[in-house]
Formats: sequence, C-alpha cells, structure tokens
Amino acid sequence: MKRVAVIGAGMSRFGELWNMSFRDIVISAGLEALEDANLEGREIEAMYVGNMSAGRFIAQEHVSALIADYSGLASINIPAIRVEAGDASGGVALKEAYIAVASGIHDIVIAAGVEKVTDVGSSSEIMDSSIDKEWEAFNGATLAGLFAMMARLHMHEYGSSEEDLARISVKNHKNAVNNPKAQFRREITVESVLNSPYVAEPLKVLDSAPISDGAAVLILASEDVARKYTDTPVFLDAVVQSSDYLALQNRRDILEMRAVKTATRKALKLAGCSLDDVGVFELHDSFTIAEMLLYENVGIAERGKGHEAIREGVVELGGSNPVNPSGGLKACGHAVGATGIRQAVEIVYQLRGDAGKRQVDAETGMAVNIGGTGATAVTSVFRR
Amino acid sequence: MLPRFWRKIKYRYNLVGTKCENCGSIYYPPRNICPECRRKSRMVEVELGERGRVVTYTVIHDVPESSKLMKPYVVGIVELDSGARVTAQIVEDPERVEIGSRVRAVFRKYGEEGEDGIIYYGTKFVLDE
Repeated sequence: MKRVAVIGAGMSRFGELWNMSFRDIVISAGLEALEDANLEGREIEAMYVGNMSAGRFIAQEHVSALIADYSGLASINIPAIRVEAGDASGGVALKEAYIAVASGIHDIVIAAGVEKVTDVGSSSEIMDSSIDKEWEAFNGATLAGLFAMMARLHMHEYGSSEEDLARISVKNHKNAVNNPKAQFRREITVESVLNSPYVAEPLKVLDSAPISDGAAVLILASEDVARKYTDTPVFLDAVVQSSDYLALQNRRDILEMRAVKTATRKALKLAGCSLDDVGVFELHDSFTIAEMLLYENVGIAERGKGHEAIREGVVELGGSNPVNPSGGLKACGHAVGATGIRQAVEIVYQLRGDAGKRQVDAETGMAVNIGGTGATAVTSVFRR
Repeated sequence: MLPRFWRKIKYRYNLVGTKCENCGSIYYPPRNICPECRRKSRMVEVELGERGRVVTYTVIHDVPESSKLMKPYVVGIVELDSGARVTAQIVEDPERVEIGSRVRAVFRKYGEEGEDGIIYYGTKFVLDE
C-alpha cells in the first residue's frame, strides 16, 4: 500500500446558488483545487464523484461523464465514477479515490462531491429517500422524524434536553461566522433555536441542517508523487467505510451507531493513532442530535454523556476536542453528496494552517460522514 | 408515486414476519436470509401478534405532501410482544403517547394518489387501554 497525500483542496460557496448550474458549481470547486495543487489537469488519472440524487434533483443521470466533460478531462479519456451512498456519498467517493491511489493503480486522482438541490420544490422528500422508503417512509417516518426518535430516547434515558441540542446549533453557527464559504455566517442564540418551529418533536428547524447547493474537491496523490508538488502535504492515513441496518427499527440499540463505531475504530488502527491524538473533528450534524450521538459513538464522550460534551465546552473551537470549526452541516451547509468531501477539505485547511480565524492547532484531524440515520459511515483520519 | 407492487405486500396489512429456526430471531418486515445466521438460516413465516409497546416516537410537523391532511401526526417504533419492531403511525393525541405506552395494531389508510388515484393502506397503532 502506498501512503496517500492531499495535494489540492477546493470548494464552492455553499448555499442557494441560484445563478450557478450543477456544472458551474462543480467546476468552481475543481478549479480551486487544481490551482491549489498547481496542476494543469492532464496529470489526473481518475475521478470519483460523490452525488446522491442528481437524477431527482436536476433530472440528470450519468453525471460522472458530465463532470469529466465539463472539467476538461474527457479529452484525456480518464475514468470518471459516480458514487452514491445517501448523504455519505462524498465520504465513500473519498474512500474509493483513496483505495485507487493506495493500491498503486493510480498516482493522482480527484475525489469530488457535488449536489444541486434547490432547483426542485420537494427536496426534503428526496432527502427522505436515504431512509427505508418501503418500511419507514411509507409508514410516515421522515429522516428528521427518525433522528427525532433518537433524540426523544436519549432525553428519556440520559436526561439530555432540547437546550443541549440547541447549544450544538449555536456553536456551529458561531464557528461559521469565520468561514467565507459557509451558507449561514451569523450567530444564533439558544432561545432562537428553541423558539423555531418543530420539524419533528423534539427537533426544530434550527436543529436541522439546511439543504444546500455546493461542491468540494480534493486531489489525492501517492506520497512520492506528492513531494513533487508540495513540501507540506497533508496525509490521508485512513478512510474506512462501514454499514449498518438501513431501517432504524432493525438496530437493536437505537442510540448505538455501529457503523460509526466500526469505521472509527478501524480508521484509528489503520492510521496508527488513538482518539487522543486527534485535535480537530468534522462530524456529520445533519441534525443536532446526530452530532451529539457522534460524540458518543466516535468516543469523544461516553455513552449517554454526549450532552455533557456540549455543556462543558470540550467541543467548542477552544475546547479539547473542537468539532465542526467549519460550521458543520448546520451552518456551513449540507450539499448532500458534497458533504463528505467538504468535511475533508476543512480538515486539510486546519492541518495546513489555512483556516484563518477558525484555526485550531492540530496535527491530526478526523472527519465522520454518515448516510441517512447511520446505515453508512465513513471515518477519515488526516495527518500533517 | 409509489412502486405499484407495494400495495400487494400482504405483510403491510398483517403483522406477519419471519423467524429464523436456526437462532430464533424474529424479523419484520420478513427477510429471506437471517442477518445473524446467513447461509445457515431457516426462515419460516410467523404471526407477530398485534400488541406491543412504544420504544420511542415523534410528532411530525414537517410532513410529506402526501400526508399533509394528517399533520401533525405521531410516528413511533413499536416493539411487539413477540420481539419484532415496527415503524408506524400511532393514531392518538400526541399528548397521550409516551415511551413505554401499550399499543395495539389497527388497519388504516396511509395515503392516496390524488382524488381518483390509488389509496394506500397499512398498519397503524392505537393505545391499548
């Protein structure tokens, strides 16, 4: 296995990008990454694109070829592969790109993620297609509803509260103020979260990530090739994907995300480090309860004590385990298939010291991207 | 619009699942293969009974277009006394539903495809008092 490095990173702005098409969005992220890596483009050998639902969001399938074409890579005939795993599509695309380089098959590849969501009216129903449509959605559950059921159970068993969840949203909005690419660069208060309307009790509008347009791109290279392009590569030392039962009802323990636990444990082992070495985290906060359950399932907090991590501030920017310096999905934006790559881009910026006012001092970073309610999980470990 | 064959799934209207005779685990909806035993599994249909308790629940306010007339509605995960778990609506006043509430299954309408379209039916739960 070859060691894999990141030699370029880029992302579009996240948000409602009314004046940009699907093509424009992914190209803007790609050009930024190529410029960052100082590549012409003809050195690229393959492309992996995370995309959840272009067929329903913009009625376009075959987006692998579309993106290869519009990014100027069709002329060199590289393979372009679309990867779908709900809102973990970006994370899985990163894993496929990582394997391609680690295996020695390719030396330089693109890992991208893109989603154009805001052109349709029924975007939340499309989002719900990452749960079991036949046995969860048919019977009235929504993605928000399933996370709400987890939140209700956590509150019942461990005494967490709606205020605790609100604090996670407040933290992420505060961090996003210093992220120029973020969708919401404004602070909010616990009161404003608590006063926002219920989506699915006990979760409210301001407990929920927005659905956003956006794209993010990483350029990966084998270590020896990477040295030709940069003196300060960030190494991608592990990307591990795991799966769990698709429907929440089939997991015997509704608060245990076994895919997250498995992926994280294996990723740390592969990277040869422990959780204590990790100095910065991007954790999938599609809903505030998702971030809180990730504290527990990643291991930042003990089981049943996720709310203490936010109460005590250990997950704040200045805390011992800063989570979502970018603003997370909640405030940076959740461009579904782009999210897993977007999280990785933030970790790369953090480890290179390019994160500006939201900079955390860390040598090792971790991103955790999940699909739906956790039927897919991807944990990545980066080191400088 | 939902896949047409869903209407013909008998398990949607009757709480029948599968039991693995190798390990004794019970599944709903029915499975062809036991996720614990895999190739060794021996699956047989089993009646799951209609009574159980609420494991957790929510009140959905941001509802799909097809369910807007029911808004807001309660959805929960119900554990039947036989051990299988079901995600389903609980047709009660949200104030009366709690974690641990005893419930029983009923046959109810879930939705429809417009005024002249197909009507979808399935299992819901009511409080068992």
